[in-house]
Amino acid sequence: MQLSRQVEEKLGSLYRSGGRIVGGVYLGKGQEAFSAALGVQLVEGKDVYGPLIRDQAGRIAFGEPLLDCFRTYLGTATGPMRGRDGNIHRGRPKEGMLAMISHLGALVSVVTGVLFARRLRGSLGDTVGATSIGDGGTSTGAFHEGMNLAAVEKLPLIVSVANNQFAYSTPNSRQFACEDLLSRAEGYGVQGWSVTGTDLASCLKGFRAAVAAARSGGGPQMVVGRMLRLGGHGEHDDASYVPEEARFSHLGQDCLMVAEKTLAARGLASAEVVRGWEQEGRKLIDAAIAQAGREPLPDPYRERWDALSTSHLVEGRSE
Amino acid sequence: MSLTYLEAIREAQYEALRQNPDVFLYGQDIGAFGGAFKATKGLAREFPGRVFDSPISEDAMVGLAVGAAIEGARPILEMQFADFSSVGFNQIVNQAGTQYWRTDVPCPITIRLPSGGTPGSGPFHSQSMESIYAHYPGLVIVTPATVEDAYWMLLDSVELNDPVMFCEHKFLYYHLKADSLGERSLPIGKARIARPGRHATVVTYSAMLHEALKSAEELQLDGYQIEVVDLRSVKPMDTDTILASVARTGRLLAVGESFPWGGVTAEIVARVSTEAFHLLDAPPMRLNSKDTPIPYHPNLWKSHRPTVTTISDAVRRLLRY
Repeated sequence: MQLSRQVEEKLGSLYRSGGRIVGGVYLGKGQEAFSAALGVQLVEGKDVYGPLIRDQAGRIAFGEPLLDCFRTYLGTATGPMRGRDGNIHRGRPKEGMLAMISHLGALVSVVTGVLFARRLRGSLGDTVGATSIGDGGTSTGAFHEGMNLAAVEKLPLIVSVANNQFAYSTPNSRQFACEDLLSRAEGYGVQGWSVTGTDLASCLKGFRAAVAAARSGGGPQMVVGRMLRLGGHGEHDDASYVPEEARFSHLGQDCLMVAEKTLAARGLASAEVVRGWEQEGRKLIDAAIAQAGREPLPDPYRERWDALSTSHLVEGRSE
Repeated sequence: MSLTYLEAIREAQYEALRQNPDVFLYGQDIGAFGGAFKATKGLAREFPGRVFDSPISEDAMVGLAVGAAIEGARPILEMQFADFSSVGFNQIVNQAGTQYWRTDVPCPITIRLPSGGTPGSGPFHSQSMESIYAHYPGLVIVTPATVEDAYWMLLDSVELNDPVMFCEHKFLYYHLKADSLGERSLPIGKARIARPGRHATVVTYSAMLHEALKSAEELQLDGYQIEVVDLRSVKPMDTDTILASVARTGRLLAVGESFPWGGVTAEIVARVSTEAFHLLDAPPMRLNSKDTPIPYHPNLWKSHRPTVTTISDAVRRLLRY
């Protein structure tokens, strides 16, 4: 989660300094504990993960190389999306990392579909699939359809719901009328878990239990955490709509600082050790940016401009 | 032995399931019940664990199919009616249609759309969606008009490594029959001259093919030989066959059952006008349904869509020019 914070601060400063970043920058500051706690439970190369827009920490925890991140943000032709799609949309579906579309809730059924096919082919074993959503995303029809379908199919899906209080600028009160999003789990017939979104220890405990339940045949799991987004919807947004009292409430706590305190208090890592991690992280980030920065950008004259994999069906192409 | 268009679709799914263990069927009421139209009758029993009833969730059905395709499966989805695919529209055009282009991972899914009007079906059980889906990149749109094409093109669709919108026409389900399924002949992407002629070309597809053929019969009595082209797939569109026909006849009428604003017939006219303007002896024409929702009462429905009469009228105007 610390590396994620450093990556995102770098992305933010590159965005603000202008020129290098292609497209928008949407960060997960304040949600790293919640996101990473899921990512670390998943096994890369075995499990399926469909991260959403504030999951840089989960991506790192899952094992996504930093190069994938910077190549995509810098728009190089070498990145997983090859300049065709950007930034938070990146993924490598064949390697278990799905590539989100912007339409919220749509990934729930796609992750479910991967698991469905594995069960059909007898290769499911104890693998799980996971995806994320925010408070706003839970209002979509796609989310509802996907949750219900996963529950009907009883597949090992974990859905993490990060309630960061605002969907872009819209507060919870204009988004849903139930007391707590956790109550939706019961309606879908899936197991629900509540964690303290700003507390890494609580997030780890909750996700560990939820993933274990899914792995052992417990069907879909929904994990809800509450926190505050420590920034705008994207870097273009000053989040002026977030009231002062929210910023200074327990939801506005920085999960990274909370985690550092816990590590020190439990004698797991001193401040000095953490500073050492930071330095290591900075080196990794600098190396990835330096490499991505040297790589070629997409070239419209070399682009195939084919949307079909069956090339003889592409109109205007004679092969 | 004679086989209906609907039975051919059932047989093709049987064959696809038999040939490839990666194929599975997913849709509303398609399991033990056999589907609203019985297009999957008996398949759940013959292929246990591979034919699934889905919840009424078109969005999630398509999402599930995309996920399964990523994993190597080749799902066939049944939309109970093409009209309801609008609920799954986002997953179709934004998830399935962009998947290969964005990630280099193919998306071999087939979505069966029971399409088109039948008397008394009304605004929400009669729609033809081919023009809508053809507008989006990354999708293949097939529109079989014959029993043989319904069978072979469905098998071809399942084998393609891209998302296919299989627009099967409900009006043809029961009364279109063939003695045999024939041989696999033309691939997806190739049109067929359904009837040769030399005075005018009618380009059409799906159920409208049969209206156009009847119209050509009628016009023959007046001494006109009308060439009828069956597109078979609207995307990709076999422009070469269309242009070759227009080169022979000098006159074009494009007929489709979908709504008139834009769409497949407009695309045909645009391509011919752009690429073969010099071959035309008359302004190209198009004929579609009326620009209203599809009416319920058969009296109104019959006047809403193109018919033998309106096609013949249009061809006569084309010939008089």
